[in-house]
Amino acid sequence: MSAAEQSIPTTRRRRRVSVADRLGLTGLIIVVLLVVMAVFAPWIAPYDPTERVGTPFQPPSAAHWLGTNDVGQDLFSELVFGSRVSLTVGVVAALVALLIGTSVGVLAGYYPKRLGAILMRTVDVVLILPFLPLLIVLAAYLGRSLINTIVVIGVLIWAGPARIIRSQVLSLRSREYVLASQTMGAPDRWAIMRHVLPRTALLATGTFVRAVSGAILLEAALSFLGLGDPIQKSWGSILFWAQSRGAFLTPAWKWWVLPPGIMILLASLGFALIAFAMEERINPRL
Amino acid sequence: MTITYPDSTSDRTGGAGSVRAPLLDISNLAVRFETPDRDVWAVNGIDLEVGAGEVLALVGESGSGKSVSMLSVMGLVPTPPAVVSGSIRFDGQELSGLSKREFSAIRGGDIGMVFQDPMSSLNPVHPVGKQIAEAFRLHRDTNRKEAMKRAVDLLDRVGIPNAQRRARDYPHEFSGGMRQRAMIAMALVCDPKLLIADEPTTALDVTVQRQIVSLVEELKDELGMAVVWITHDLGVVAELADRVVVMYGGRVMETGDSTDVYAAASHPYTAGLLRSIPSLDTPTDAQLPEIPGTPAPILEQLVGCPFHARCPMTEGDCTGSLPDLEPVGGSGHASACLHVSSMGSAEDLWPMDVTELTESGSTSETVVTISDLKVHFPSRRKSRKNRHSYVRAVDGVDLEIKHGQTLGVVGESGCGKSTLGRALVGLVEPVAPAIQLRGEPLDTSRGLHRQKIQMIFQDPFSSMNPGMRVADIISEPMRIHGIGSAEDRLDTSLKLLAQVGLPDDAATRHPHEFSGGQRQRIAIARALAADPEVIVCDEPVSALDVSVQAQIINLLRETQDERGIALIFIAHDLAVVRHISDEIAVMYLGQVVERAKRDLIYDDPLHPYTKALLAAVPDPDPSGRGALAPPLVGDLPDPADPPAGCRFNTRCPVAVPGLCDVEVPQLREIESRRWVSCHLVDGPGGQVSEPQAGSEAWSSVSLSEPKQQNNEREEDE
Repeated sequence: MSAAEQSIPTTRRRRRVSVADRLGLTGLIIVVLLVVMAVFAPWIAPYDPTERVGTPFQPPSAAHWLGTNDVGQDLFSELVFGSRVSLTVGVVAALVALLIGTSVGVLAGYYPKRLGAILMRTVDVVLILPFLPLLIVLAAYLGRSLINTIVVIGVLIWAGPARIIRSQVLSLRSREYVLASQTMGAPDRWAIMRHVLPRTALLATGTFVRAVSGAILLEAALSFLGLGDPIQKSWGSILFWAQSRGAFLTPAWKWWVLPPGIMILLASLGFALIAFAMEERINPRL
Repeated sequence: MTITYPDSTSDRTGGAGSVRAPLLDISNLAVRFETPDRDVWAVNGIDLEVGAGEVLALVGESGSGKSVSMLSVMGLVPTPPAVVSGSIRFDGQELSGLSKREFSAIRGGDIGMVFQDPMSSLNPVHPVGKQIAEAFRLHRDTNRKEAMKRAVDLLDRVGIPNAQRRARDYPHEFSGGMRQRAMIAMALVCDPKLLIADEPTTALDVTVQRQIVSLVEELKDELGMAVVWITHDLGVVAELADRVVVMYGGRVMETGDSTDVYAAASHPYTAGLLRSIPSLDTPTDAQLPEIPGTPAPILEQLVGCPFHARCPMTEGDCTGSLPDLEPVGGSGHASACLHVSSMGSAEDLWPMDVTELTESGSTSETVVTISDLKVHFPSRRKSRKNRHSYVRAVDGVDLEIKHGQTLGVVGESGCGKSTLGRALVGLVEPVAPAIQLRGEPLDTSRGLHRQKIQMIFQDPFSSMNPGMRVADIISEPMRIHGIGSAEDRLDTSLKLLAQVGLPDDAATRHPHEFSGGQRQRIAIARALAADPEVIVCDEPVSALDVSVQAQIINLLRETQDERGIALIFIAHDLAVVRHISDEIAVMYLGQVVERAKRDLIYDDPLHPYTKALLAAVPDPDPSGRGALAPPLVGDLPDPADPPAGCRFNTRCPVAVPGLCDVEVPQLREIESRRWVSCHLVDGPGGQVSEPQAGSEAWSSVSLSEPKQQNNEREEDE
């Protein structure tokens, strides 16, 4: 046998960038751009969106890139400032959902018998509630304000994260290192704070990003139905006004309806893509 | 870059296979796994041959390349990431380079395989018989009925009672031992010429392990097949193997007839393994000889002996040249050690530490008293008769644990020994309060009284939070109980690290950076941190590499000596606990059946179950072949529904009908500090009351017995 036959060739290799990583990067870029737009809105927007700056119903021009609305406000400025409202509501509502979802998930997972059963039946009820009608009823009942929008959305979308986190906690609580801390004499609080929560944090982050994506869509839906904050216009509110002024049926849809629609899509997609890439990495392998 | 290992085929001295062409001939096999992070050189040029009808034991620790080399014989190593080179000839046919289809014709046909975990190798949604029949139909042109008949025949042959009926059962209805028997039946279905068994008994109890070893021994004689038995335990195969190949770091360290290898180990590694494994005849008054360090994966091409870093006789040239197998003595005995000629006796090479540990007196005070401990779990399978049936995991146990002493608790899995340990640390709730620590009753509530009893778990990989640093892991008990300031705790952690033999810089690292043995050291340090009086060790060495077990046992003994801690050492194997225990309790189905001072248990076991457990301990001495007591038949009965009378009567070779299956024996103190629960053991002196009948029955028990009984039973129906 010759030496050549006995040798093992070393193949060149390179860490492959997965499809998920690429999509996640795309999402990250979209989100960063949107956040920059929201933070620097006063510098980016040419006009104050609440001021009348031109004649109503203007088509796009050099002075007003996206034209003006029915009261002569600049639509492009509205769009830029609208990102502040949409993103804030999305992120804060998702935070509310995460807070409720994590607390319920951890408690239900750590005490799966009685408390867990009660909590999970509550989760089931929330999950099967007809979403949009309830959203409308709640929003209409509570009144139109930013805080109410956030609370309503947050209260409705926590159930999904709660289920995900519960399943992780269920598996964590029987890990030997949690048992070990119990044998050392640790109270449940200790095991939850030191061992369970840190190991769920990553998963919770993933579900949070996903929830932001959903919350942005819900906010748009609420505002489109005219249930958003009347003072601070979001992308959804722009659509509401476009609808009520008949822009959907006139050539104005191209600059009045399409841009906020695309912004909503981008924001939701951006967060969804990040969440997808994160879940590829984070989610426990079966 | 290419690698070339010298082809030592020509140097090989003819062993059993030289007369005619060997059945399996591996030459210069090398396997390397390429992962994005690093390369692992799993097998580094091995030559190996197996003659027809020969039993070859392939011995090595995890990472020694033993499994990988046999998996590549079967074409089961995934390429990529693996890169395989070398030649594998089976029955005159070159296997390397065969296509998947060609491989699958040989696999299960001429080569049968049995894996370690029978549960994951059987499909849970199909009946066992059907799976075996399918394996038959894959290779033979036959109809369903014929195949099923073959499956039933084989199940019967491997000792499954009532094979006709059990063939329709699903894998979860079989016990672990029966599943492994079914796997063997499946491997034998096409009359293979070679059976490859990859750690087939590692997941099983010692008693069942004995049954499987005996079964394979019978079968290979009957069918004339060759067997390659892969194992990490030199003891298991001593009775079975014709020839032994010892591997380390992907190289063959030593090979030869089993009598030669066991009696005259000619490689420092083999000698070390044989010396360091706790067995039934190593002296107990000294420390076990330990092989320093841990087996490490090989990340670059080997240029020297893979064992040099742990070898007591390493010299400069050991790192520079790759030693080849050189013949020592006759009959194919060969060793891959450059300095084999200057190797002294195993005793000199791996000396026992003669510094005698202070023998703790029997007068020391009792720390923990367990009286009538019962732990019952609600049974998941509710029987029709009894809607509230309970698994009586521990059912009336009385024990005392003394200051500075070790109590060994031994029994098969399911005997309740782990539950006993868990009850002590408050993980499970006893039916009634039964545990007292220095007179204070203990319960499951959390709090300060938990500080005095700590626990070491079996699996050092899962018992530590992978996200915490070692210093935080060790100081966790102190933080829980609020002992000392942050600096004090760090200080104590560092001291403990040094005490368990780990460097200071370990404190800032994460557990995954350590090997199993090192993690178990961390676990010991953590258990010591709260300054406990009692430590419960639940099988602390059974997840570790063989060469590391002695280190941990010695460390536990030293620690106990220094601090006067009482240990409860739970194990399934009498050999492991022997070295560390002062007193031993043997458990069966939730009850203690015998309890006595260590030497009494080993020199003069009284209870038939203790005798059976002792007989099942693998003895690394092939000369003792055939002199062993027959293996214990059957499996542990269902703890939810224990047998009437003496719980052991269904498996007891000396059970007296009308007595043992009716009357419940009491645990009696037959002499000072010696308790036995058996009708047939009488008062002081502890003689079996019917020695004649007893010993006869004991020696006449054989593996064929359960089958006969079942045949009878079948005829009755």
